Amino acid sequence: MQYSNKYIFGFTALVCLVCSLMISVSSVGLRSRQERNKLLDRKKSVLQACWLMQPGEKLSAAQIEEKFEHIETKVIDLKTGAYADSADYDPEAKEAAPENVAQIQELPAQVELYQVMKDGKPETLVLPIYGKGLWSTLYGFLALDADTTTIRGLTYYEHGETPGLGGEVDNPKWKAAWKGRKAYDEQWKVQIGLVKGKAGPPDQDPHHVDGLSGATMTSRGVTNMMQFWLGDEGYGAFLKRFREGGSA
Amino acid sequence: MAFGKKEREALLDPLFNNNPISLQVLGICSALAVTTKMDTALVMCAAVTAVTGGTSLLISLVRDRIPPSIRIIVQLSVIASLVIVTDQILKAYFFDISKQLSVFVGLIITNCIVMGRAEGYAMQNGPLLSLADGIGNGLGYSIFLLATAFCRELLGSGSLFGYTLLSPVTEGGWYTPNGLMVLSPGAFFLIGLFIWAIRTWKPDQVEQD
Repeated sequence: MQYSNKYIFGFTALVCLVCSLMISVSSVGLRSRQERNKLLDRKKSVLQACWLMQPGEKLSAAQIEEKFEHIETKVIDLKTGAYADSADYDPEAKEAAPENVAQIQELPAQVELYQVMKDGKPETLVLPIYGKGLWSTLYGFLALDADTTTIRGLTYYEHGETPGLGGEVDNPKWKAAWKGRKAYDEQWKVQIGLVKGKAGPPDQDPHHVDGLSGATMTSRGVTNMMQFWLGDEGYGAFLKRFREGGSA
Repeated sequence: MAFGKKEREALLDPLFNNNPISLQVLGICSALAVTTKMDTALVMCAAVTAVTGGTSLLISLVRDRIPPSIRIIVQLSVIASLVIVTDQILKAYFFDISKQLSVFVGLIITNCIVMGRAEGYAMQNGPLLSLADGIGNGLGYSIFLLATAFCRELLGSGSLFGYTLLSPVTEGGWYTPNGLMVLSPGAFFLIGLFIWAIRTWKPDQVEQD
């Protein structure tokens, strides 16, 4: 059968119209639900980092919100470490990063972090971190106690490392090994890092965590990430202010 | 138009006799990527089955009106739209799993099974037959995916659907997980073994050279 050009153009236009209508309806109709999921997912990672949510535990949206009532969201200026007005927070504002071990190219000007409150005082700080592993950039949260050196927990919510090797950053056993380690030494130099093989218990070997076997590059990436984010170019300024003033 | 013998054949034939993976060897890329765990594989199967069924039905409904000169791009538009809708639904209702499936939901667009059935079957057959054929092929794909994921999750992580059955040494158990199974090549070997098994069972599928 022969089709005229007019028919072909008309048919194409109709197909486009129907398809785009289908996509628009589903996208607009489901957007609010998707946004909520994204936010909940982030909150879940925060809770996991400070062990308010145990590995394997399933929480409903309402339970997560309830636990989050004790958590304050703060915005800080990364360079100066001072608190900023959260109304002006722009997650897209980025600057080129100085050369660093964690191979981070761009740094946000401001960072959104979380403080777990107890009796009106921050008890735990949850800081977002990221950096290169072997294949991928790992994104996660580091939870520190109010003394800014005792580590409460570490969790990665997004990475593409080899399952079973570097992917063991998700292993609850390994995550638990971070609990109680010290990030800094007495001179406030960053000391925390992974070692080959097993590290001692936290009170005897406070600055080391078990390396991931078979994943040298991922282990190195995690160490570098700690060096960078806890150092002067990362949260150094903020943590110093926090230590000295209690609040910045 | 009732659901008769022909429709049943269209639905059941792709399961073993004319399986898209074992006989037609289509859709291997996603079979390697999403089969490390049962739950991701299951959701992927449901998504692919829904998209193949939907595409075949829609294409078949308008098959006599599609100008031949633009038929491929029309099929592709329908497939792409359905895949995007599926992706949106997964993000809204199965967020955790859609995060693990990441790009592979979007890549259903390029899954050869979907377009193969639209062009090779739905363009010549009625809507009900095409729907049955589309779903049948989706299910044929699913059987292989689930079988592969079953072996990979059990041997590679010692669990099924996230529940630990063989407690691995990394968590203080006795089972040393098979590292090959969690990597993509493991799926290659498994699918190879499955194809071998199915062709031993049905010798007429063996290719003559």
